[in-house]
Amino acid sequence: MNSTGGLETSGSTEEAIVDAVRKTFPDGVTIGGIAPRRIFARADRAIIYKLCEFLKNELKFDHVSCVTGVDRIDRFQVVYHLSSYENRCVLEITVDIPHDDPEIDSVTPLWGGANWHEREAYDMFGIRFKNHPRLERIFLPEDTQYFPFRKDFKLGRQ
Amino acid sequence: MAEMWINMGPQHPMTHGLWNLRVKVDGETIVDAEPVVGYLHRGWEKLVENRMYPQIIPLSDRLCYGASMSWSHLYCLTIEELMGVEVPERAEYIRVIVLELQRIASHLMWLAAYGTDLGLLTGFVYAMRERELFLDLLQSVSGARMTYNYMRIGGVRNDLPPNFERDCLRTLDYFEKKLDEYEQIYDGSDIFLMRTQDIGYLKPADAINLGVTGPTLRGSGVKIDIREHDPYSVYDELDWDICTHPDCDCYARYRVRMDEMRMSCHIIREAFKKMPDGPVRVKVPRNAPKRTAFARVEDPRGEGLMYVIGDGTDRPFRLKVRSPIFVTVSAVPIMLKGYKVADVPAIMGSVDMCLGETDR
Repeated sequence: MNSTGGLETSGSTEEAIVDAVRKTFPDGVTIGGIAPRRIFARADRAIIYKLCEFLKNELKFDHVSCVTGVDRIDRFQVVYHLSSYENRCVLEITVDIPHDDPEIDSVTPLWGGANWHEREAYDMFGIRFKNHPRLERIFLPEDTQYFPFRKDFKLGRQ
Repeated sequence: MAEMWINMGPQHPMTHGLWNLRVKVDGETIVDAEPVVGYLHRGWEKLVENRMYPQIIPLSDRLCYGASMSWSHLYCLTIEELMGVEVPERAEYIRVIVLELQRIASHLMWLAAYGTDLGLLTGFVYAMRERELFLDLLQSVSGARMTYNYMRIGGVRNDLPPNFERDCLRTLDYFEKKLDEYEQIYDGSDIFLMRTQDIGYLKPADAINLGVTGPTLRGSGVKIDIREHDPYSVYDELDWDICTHPDCDCYARYRVRMDEMRMSCHIIREAFKKMPDGPVRVKVPRNAPKRTAFARVEDPRGEGLMYVIGDGTDRPFRLKVRSPIFVTVSAVPIMLKGYKVADVPAIMGSVDMCLGETDR
């Protein structure tokens, strides 16, 4: 299957996707690299919902593989792995968010598959996802007072 | 009639592990459902931040004892991606063979458990009996029956034992005959058909949007398999096909798994034909570079993905696991709504739950 999902291009599918993203979002998205079936990008948190909406509706990214929370000590990160069944491509988007205001738009209204991943990121890192239908703890009990995957939460041996 | 919530689990024969399904019923009809997980949360992702890269291989086996080979394979694949390690070709073929043996063993365990869910105790005993043959094969390769610790970063631990190809092909010939027998037992049972057909409907658009993967997605008629879609190892050099079924119900998921077992037998035969000689492992650096990497595989239960951040030391800064069942179980309310309470074991059984990987 060599379909490009309705993209007009002479180059590879990955390049076509990158071109389309660059054209629509000249600011706010940095493409970090391309490999076969892989695109790596960074994005600003202000545009993440609009970017995802565009990716879903125009570029056929119909599947969320993963939403990861990361504590980089000086900042938090949310990493999205979006994949397109038709274009056979995985797009990794890294978004930095400040440590003192860990809040980002939820993508659950677009993809139901992101629901529990975002709840897990909230549970473990305390990252709040705006407009999430039900942002509650998922693994830990409701009354837990801490976020155990943050780097300042030490294990006994550390 | 008044609606009420019922807890099915954490102790319930339907659950196959430690989790809780809350269902809201109106009489006998399910109007809402809510899976509650977390009883088995071990903090795996935090735990491994304290371990050196090779020490995590046996831990990743424990993510799911039913398919431990595919989890340690996914882990090694991710770290190879991170470190830029090239795996020898013979090791890739050995990986494909043991992964497909693992897939058959995992599906057989599912078939056995599904038999008990639906009152087919003969099916349970038969499927467990044949699963033991595959566990014996994997034991002859790795020395362990379920948690193998066989994959290594940069290859596999040891070469195949003497006469492994002969034993393996004999087992496959025997097993394919037995598979016909199971189909007679399961498909020939009116009760089994009544309890699975048109039960647990999941339409393809919902399945894709909710992130459902694996046999559950293919049972909804979506022809997606990461082995073909985003090929890893040497799957793109082998001749095989994706198994799908268009019915979108529990029976379709059963059919997909049965067909996949046959297809796995075919893949193993193909791999033996093409397998070259050579080394099975390369040396890898102790420390990982400062970068990130991810890899994804087709686990017996769906899409597995690991995302790792290396910080220049011998331990990962962060390792995230995407478990297929974690996402699939978040989609079960839509499969359950409108059916009767008595259909819950049939629907939940068809998903092939594994709590070790769900809760991590």
